[in-house]
Amino acid sequence: MAAEAPKKKVEGLPEKVHVWPYLVRLELLCAILVAIALTVWSIVIDAPLEEAANPTKTPNPSKAPWYFLGLQDVLVYFDPWFAGVVAPVFIIVGLMLIPYLDVNPKGNGYYTYTERKVAIWVYSFGFLVLWIALIIMGVFLRGPGWNLFMPWQFWDPHKVVALVNVDLPYAFGVRTYNMAMLFGGAVVSGYFALGTAAYFFMERKAIKNVGFMRMFLKIQLYLIMLGMVIKIVLRLGFNIKYIWVTPWFNI
Amino acid sequence: MAANKPEIPSLADIVAKVKSGEIFDEIKKSIISSQVWTSSFRHGYADTPRNRVLQIVSNVWLHLHPVKIHRHALRIRFTWCMGGITFLLFLSTVVTGVILMFYYRPVGEYAYFDMKYLQYDVPFGMLMRNMHRWAAHAMVITVWLHMFRVFLTGSYKPPREFNWVIGVFLVTFTLLLSFTGYLLPWDQLSMWAVTVGTNMARATPFLGHEGPFAEFVGVTPRYDARSMLLGGSLVGPPALLRFYVLHCIFIPLVAGALMIVHFWRIRKDGGISGPL
Ligand code: HEM
Repeated sequence: MAAEAPKKKVEGLPEKVHVWPYLVRLELLCAILVAIALTVWSIVIDAPLEEAANPTKTPNPSKAPWYFLGLQDVLVYFDPWFAGVVAPVFIIVGLMLIPYLDVNPKGNGYYTYTERKVAIWVYSFGFLVLWIALIIMGVFLRGPGWNLFMPWQFWDPHKVVALVNVDLPYAFGVRTYNMAMLFGGAVVSGYFALGTAAYFFMERKAIKNVGFMRMFLKIQLYLIMLGMVIKIVLRLGFNIKYIWVTPWFNI
Repeated sequence: MAANKPEIPSLADIVAKVKSGEIFDEIKKSIISSQVWTSSFRHGYADTPRNRVLQIVSNVWLHLHPVKIHRHALRIRFTWCMGGITFLLFLSTVVTGVILMFYYRPVGEYAYFDMKYLQYDVPFGMLMRNMHRWAAHAMVITVWLHMFRVFLTGSYKPPREFNWVIGVFLVTFTLLLSFTGYLLPWDQLSMWAVTVGTNMARATPFLGHEGPFAEFVGVTPRYDARSMLLGGSLVGPPALLRFYVLHCIFIPLVAGALMIVHFWRIRKDGGISGPL
């Protein structure tokens, strides 16, 4: 083996080049290719136009535009106030906070996995699994009644799906409403409290550098993201509907 | 007296000039030195360093670029060209969208039939509609990919934090642009997709009539977050008009303004990020 791999070429070339012609010609080339692709696509495939809008005739399934189907799928696991309103707000605010929460100075302006593994894992998981994979599932696998159908299965609008879901407190044998509410509340707040505490304990050396507020916000966002996964797993694997039922909202 | 008299060139002279090509040089020279030309074009085209700079700084469309960039910023493997393609697709929707607006009326009775008219009677109407729709869908995909590459290259790190925040606004507005446009064909697909989408608004905490804590605010189906969006309690003609105005005026203006800020910030933050 050679003593050391040669350094990447890019780093040896600090010099700048003129935008005209070097960048502008690339942009022109790119624009021509995109224009051709768009034109061919538009000649070959027609935009859909179904029958006129009819408020008395609800299609089954009714699907949001494809780019929102990930969120629509979250409706299976959460009530609309969360899936449709609070979750999107968390996504937008969470994305905006990324530059202020990620204080790792490495990996600024180049591709690297080893220098920022956690960041790349979290973002890729959120984007590729929680966003893209759910969209693909929503587009292709969700049929009438928002039931799951495999691609080879017939979309039977009369498919019978047993409603065997129970709430988490019930599964643990809690039978009265008030006790269930207390139990659920304890589970949810315990999840966040323990998660936060564990994170602060594990990262106790970093608190000084990173700052309390940053770490606190970061772990809350991680816990919310992870919580969504846990809820999906509980629902699909253990038929758990809600974890916490209150007179005002259910989680 | 004789000197003022214009010289009439002989035919033989003219033929000789045409044959030698001299006459074309003369015509070119008189055009290039004319007032009309010099007022429109400020510099020559010869490939000199000076002209390379002037090409960018004296052109309103190109001057969003810096004059010089880092060599690595040219690499498609670094940027995937996704930001630029997103912008190009946005421009495509603006052009095709204006053409569609000539034929489309956002009125419950007309909208659907204007779509039919566009598709079957307007020359190139179907093509314009297809290009508008597919460019919009493609833009949603490219903006996500752009965001993904910006994340993977860590380009949101200092000093580019603020431009990332602008970017998150941009991706939100891109989705809203697409969503408001989805209603306009006024067919079953659009009406029910928008019904599903906007039904969420009635579950808004405090402000939606089915949302948590709504009972403390006193919102009703006819008077909550959702009815503000739709101008009624279901997706009807008032919603169509609202979405049309949002889609054709409000959101494109805001998104366009944000894009200008976005591009300006790239330069102010020292150009495309890169290894130092
Ligand atoms: C309408 C949407 C958008 C347009 C037209 C757009 C356009 C561009 C362009 C042309 C560039 C130059 C470099 C490149 O092409 O990669 C760029 C860079 C950048 N964009 Fe966007 N963008 C959009 C949305 C976003 C979003 C959603 C984000 C992130 C949330 C974002 C964050 C950035 C950042 C941080 C840079 C600087 C990258 C660097 O220095 O390497 N942009 N954008």
